[in-house]
Amino acid sequence: MSDKSDVLVIGAGVVGCAITRELAKFNLKTVLLEKENDVCGGVSKGNSGVLHTGLYYPKGSLKGKLCVEGRLMFPKLAKQLNVPYKLCGKHVIARTDEELKDLEGLKAVGEANGAKGLTIISGKELNKREPKVDALSALYSPVAGIMLPYLFTIALAENALSNGVKIHVETKVLNIEQVNSGYKVTTTQGVFYTDIIVNSAGLYADRISAMLGLDKYKLYPCRGEYLILDKNCGELINSMIYPVPPKIAGVLGVHLTPTIEGNVLIGPSAEFINMREDPRTTKEKIKQLMSGAKELLPSIPLNEIIYGFSAIRSKITPPEEKGSRDFIIREDIENFINLIGIESPGLTSSPAIAKMVVQMIKKRKDIKEKIDFDPTRRRTTPFRESSRSQQASLIKGDPTYGEMVCRCEHVSKREVIDALNNPFSARTISAVKYRTGAGMGRCHGGFCLPKIIEILTEEYGMLPKEIYLNNQKSPLFIGTTKELREKQKSE
Amino acid sequence: MNNFTSQDVDLIVIGGGPAGLAAAISAKKNGAQNLIIIERNNWLGGILPQCIHDGFGLEIFHEPLTGPEYAQRYIDELKKLNIPYMLNSMALEITPDKKVFVASPEDLFCFQAKAIILAMGCRERTRGQIYIPGTRPAGVYTAGVAQNLINLKNMMVGKDVVILGSGDIGMIMARRLTLEGAKVHAIVEILSHTNGLPRNIQQCLIDYEIPLLLSHTVTEIQGINRVESIIISQVNEKLTSIKGKERKIKCDTLLLSIGLIPENDLSKTCGVKLSPVTRGAIVDENLETSVQGVFACGNVLHVHDVVDFVSLEAERAGKSASECILKEQRKEKRIHIEVGDGLSYVLPQYISRDTDLELSIRVLNPREDASIGFFDKDALLKAEKFRKVHPAQMIKIKLKKSETKNINTLRVEVLQK
Ligand SMILES: Cc1cc2nc3c(=O)[nH]c(=O)nc-3n(C[C@H](O)[C@H](O)[C@H](O)COP(=O)(O)OP(=O)(O)OC[C@H]3O[C@@H](n4cnc5c(N)ncnc54)[C@H](O)[C@@H]3O)c2cc1C
Ligand SMILES: Cc1cc2nc3c(=O)[nH]c(=O)nc-3n(C[C@H](O)[C@H](O)[C@H](O)COP(=O)(O)OP(=O)(O)OC[C@H]3O[C@@H](n4cnc5c(N)ncnc54)[C@H](O)[C@@H]3O)c2cc1C
Repeated sequence: MSDKSDVLVIGAGVVGCAITRELAKFNLKTVLLEKENDVCGGVSKGNSGVLHTGLYYPKGSLKGKLCVEGRLMFPKLAKQLNVPYKLCGKHVIARTDEELKDLEGLKAVGEANGAKGLTIISGKELNKREPKVDALSALYSPVAGIMLPYLFTIALAENALSNGVKIHVETKVLNIEQVNSGYKVTTTQGVFYTDIIVNSAGLYADRISAMLGLDKYKLYPCRGEYLILDKNCGELINSMIYPVPPKIAGVLGVHLTPTIEGNVLIGPSAEFINMREDPRTTKEKIKQLMSGAKELLPSIPLNEIIYGFSAIRSKITPPEEKGSRDFIIREDIENFINLIGIESPGLTSSPAIAKMVVQMIKKRKDIKEKIDFDPTRRRTTPFRESSRSQQASLIKGDPTYGEMVCRCEHVSKREVIDALNNPFSARTISAVKYRTGAGMGRCHGGFCLPKIIEILTEEYGMLPKEIYLNNQKSPLFIGTTKELREKQKSE
Repeated sequence: MNNFTSQDVDLIVIGGGPAGLAAAISAKKNGAQNLIIIERNNWLGGILPQCIHDGFGLEIFHEPLTGPEYAQRYIDELKKLNIPYMLNSMALEITPDKKVFVASPEDLFCFQAKAIILAMGCRERTRGQIYIPGTRPAGVYTAGVAQNLINLKNMMVGKDVVILGSGDIGMIMARRLTLEGAKVHAIVEILSHTNGLPRNIQQCLIDYEIPLLLSHTVTEIQGINRVESIIISQVNEKLTSIKGKERKIKCDTLLLSIGLIPENDLSKTCGVKLSPVTRGAIVDENLETSVQGVFACGNVLHVHDVVDFVSLEAERAGKSASECILKEQRKEKRIHIEVGDGLSYVLPQYISRDTDLELSIRVLNPREDASIGFFDKDALLKAEKFRKVHPAQMIKIKLKKSETKNINTLRVEVLQK
């Protein structure tokens, strides 16, 4: 890889992808490196998917500023990238006199950060809007929203790619050295040279930084677990329901979030852990989430839970500090930009973070906007979002639209094949899941798994052994039935 | 202008499994002419083609058949009767006025039907529904999916296996995996008794020396990418795990055989009322649901253990549907059947005519020498004795028209000795 790039971005999470797409607008040679086999392999795929409005972060903080800015940029961006979002609003509910006072405090902080339209409503009014939720009072934020974090991240990457940047997956950064005119980046796929590095490696950003001797940062992994309720619970709530944040550890508390797909998320919990790669769910936290959910919404049907998962926060705040330090976004060494501790509201802030990073790069490089930048991303029309008449037209144009692969989400074979044809050659079950929603429903892959496997073997000629859940370490099969029998015979 | 193809039919049968096949055949024999079966797989027979073991058909054909053989008998008859069917076609929605939208590679169809038979079968319960903690690696399969992959696609899911749940599917898969060369380390069952047919315990577990761990459950799944081990634990009477009674089993696969759920997402779209116990439609003796002209049978109505009962039930649904097409049906009364002590459910849930009845009954617990009694208020109408009753075995009891003619209420219960 002797071709030298202008900017090299490390980590294809939502932050790295937003930055890369912003850089794609300029006459720059930009490269994005990702260690996993697909973009969005880190925490950007598993979180609440909430567009926050800045209620929680001190005035003047990057978190407060970038969150409000990012939230305002989102609607236009979502339209260009063709990804769904919904400004469903949010209620922070108070159930004690003390919490009533906290609502005023949150409102003041939000307004100081520039959040618009915040009102405090009575318990009665809340009850009208959310008949199943009881509280003394609530802080209402009308412009808080929800989105699909993985789809947004994938869309950013795809749009950047079609505008000329290079994205290398399965390329783990192992070492970085300063050389005469820039940096030499050694990876599992060879060496890359670049003028500028942007370190957006999420949970590993401290390690990347340490590769250049900047070892002053330490990230504390803090796991959050979730439970997902079946879609048939979508009518339980109309908006997000949050408690007043507990006064510990800088987290928001177990909340209820409707999702774009119509499910309800319960969570997250918060628990500091020792290992970064420990994505377990635990009996204790499952119980805690259930009781937390019951406190917010006593009639919540916990027997409709279809799945649980967890994600890991990259906290820069040590556990004992019980607070929440600000994002670190700075050029720590000339031409080396560190993004450290990009925890919540990192998703919401990502478009604004991208603008900020590009401003920093502008100081180093004389860059011009490309005239041929195309901000729009075309996507396969999802069958389920179309009217019956449109569905008929889709099928008439392409019969594979009429073959349902996923019974729960009504995902067609066309959509699955388009997902598998992704530009990163990620031909895994997860790649299909995050792009189409197949496998996320109540049967959790019971119906679509054999069908997707059929497509992989028939259309792509893959052998059973080559079919993976997430990556090459997660094979679904040990081979064909015959292979095992023969192996046993020969033993 | 609508762009889809509209078509009028007398009867549409949704699902081409054993229930749908038998229902369509019976409807045609009873006079329904313009009917069609909609099936989303590219084969007929539902779950049966993947059930390559034998044990099907003992009740109806008095000989042991494999799943595919059993299905073939109905498919042959269907073809003889020239009943049309559509494969690769999925019903997406039923409107309350009985329009059925169907997606197929040919087109999007809108069938306006006079009667509908729901025969969509069931889906398997998954890990999330019983909240098994741990990681989320490859190697966790539901038993039916594993059966499909192994038997129809020749793909081997793993070589060191633990199975959770001792229902029939779990036991049959334990034998299947052993025959394919895998080691089944244990079948783990949370209850103190198995949930499957006695013959399967002998033929699938004892004959192959597969350990059955009763009163145990899986408390954690381990392994980041692929299953590496699981933790099992003994449970107490409240079915919660006992501290200190955990043990780790190294394995690469966990199979879940933890129950089936009738597949009623579609039924809900036209407003069919469901029972929280069976999770299938609430029906009368004609197997008619709460929506007039919509009938249900097979596993979509309640989970059956033996396919023969599915076919027999479906024949009744087919007959009822054809009668409903041919002439307007009158409902003479509405008597709700009360589920008394010792039972989990009785089907149908209510009676709307004076006629001979056949009830499907499931008990809550295994018992020996049990009697099931039928009451109108306090008056015992009839009692039937059984040497053994078991939750895994559905009980069928017939009530003659004369036995229920003048009743105002009906309660069924297990009699206390
Ligand atoms: C439980 C939870 C809930 C949250 N809820 C919200 C919310 O509702 N709203 C909101 O705005 N924010 C939320 N957040 C925060 C948000 O998810 C994060 O801020 C955001 O996803 C961070 O994105 P990222 O790109 O920095 O990290 P990541 O998505 O983790 O991306 C980093 C990437 O770098 C790659 N990488 C690491 N090391 C290397 C290497 N050596 N070489 C190459 N690649 C490497 C990783 O594989 C990964 O893909 C939540 C976070 C958590 C954990
Ligand atoms: C692993 C296993 C082992 C078994 N072993 C035995 C045994 O040894 N002996 C025995 O007697 N019984 C056995 N059974 C039980 C027997 O197979 C079932 O009782 C029977 O298949 C149920 O029939 P059904 O038609 O109700 O459902 P299914 O067989 O599930 O058929 C339902 C059909 O409906 C279709 N469908 C669903 N929704 C739609 C839609 N929206 N549009 C179009 N089509 C749709 C499905 O594709 C499917 O083909 C076994 C079952 C399993 C799963």
